[in-house]
Amino acid sequence: MINEFPTGYNRHEIVKKQRPVNLQLNTISFPPSAISSILHRVTGVAMFFALIFVIWAWAVSVSSPQGFADVQQLMGGVIGKVVAIGTVSALTYHVLGGIRHGIMDMGHWEELESGNLSAQIVIGLWIVLTIAIGVVLW
Amino acid sequence: MVTNQASIKRDGVQDWVSLRATAVIIALFSFYMTWFFISTPQITYEVWRELFAGLGMKVFTLAALISVMLHVRIGLWQVLTDYVKPAGLRASLQYVLNLIAFAYVAVGLFVLWGV
Ligand code: HEM
Ligand code: HEM
Repeated sequence: MINEFPTGYNRHEIVKKQRPVNLQLNTISFPPSAISSILHRVTGVAMFFALIFVIWAWAVSVSSPQGFADVQQLMGGVIGKVVAIGTVSALTYHVLGGIRHGIMDMGHWEELESGNLSAQIVIGLWIVLTIAIGVVLW
Repeated sequence: MVTNQASIKRDGVQDWVSLRATAVIIALFSFYMTWFFISTPQITYEVWRELFAGLGMKVFTLAALISVMLHVRIGLWQVLTDYVKPAGLRASLQYVLNLIAFAYVAVGLFVLWGV
């Protein structure tokens, strides 16, 4: 590589100049491992904001019988159910993805095929569990 | 170890370990709460309040909240550095998000104190 550098540039300038930028978004493919990665990120960020509701509900419900009754009523309504199912579903995915991360940290499933297969399993398991959670909580 | 202006007094290895250590604590707390919801036939105010009245559960809950604060401190930093390039804007967003995370712990402490 080093002798391919045109003269007159130092290495750092070359590194900067040669960064590929791909704006042709429709040519980027999304294998299961990529979907799994972005879902882990989306669920992590989503949970951070969902915690505003969860911690509020916990604080109110544990502080007084009236607060408990209010939250119970909220949990019985459509908004409460959607938020609860969404939060538990996000947590479920994030934990499944987190476990997959841990296994990969230990050196497994790092090949193209096994990485994509484990990603598919995690996504499949998540969909099944989300349906189960939805049925139980609705 | 890699140290640069983007990670003052922190490095990737430390973040990597902290993220996983806090993840384990949050996961254990989540599993315990799930088990509680599944195994308790009728959740009344008394049962719910009593759950958090014991010292063990107070410590566990607080540990989980502190873990969330540390976990998102690192996790959201990773996300922000990927998408928000202007340093000033990123620092402001980071500050607000860390403040919210801190508020989670503060609210938790306040509530647990009164239970
Ligand atoms: C987002 C936070 C919450 C999640 C993820 C959640 C999750 C669950 C789950 C999984 C169940 C199902 C138990 C079962 O049917 O066997 C349940 C039931 C229940 N939850 Fe929540 N919950 C949350 C917040 C709350 C809060 C703050 C209260 C306090 C008012 C509460 C009150 C109840 C009650 C009273 C039941 C029992 C319903 C029954 O026995 O029929 N939940 N919750
Ligand atoms: C309220 C709970 C949680 C929130 C708000 C949260 C949030 C986040 C966020 C925002 C990230 C950064 C995502 C990224 O850089 O793409 C992250 C990463 C991560 N989370 Fe969580 N998380 C939570 C719980 C958990 C749990 C219970 C586990 C364990 C199973 C876990 C495992 C991980 C792992 C392993 C990473 C690092 C991924 C990587 O190295 O790229 N998290 N989390």
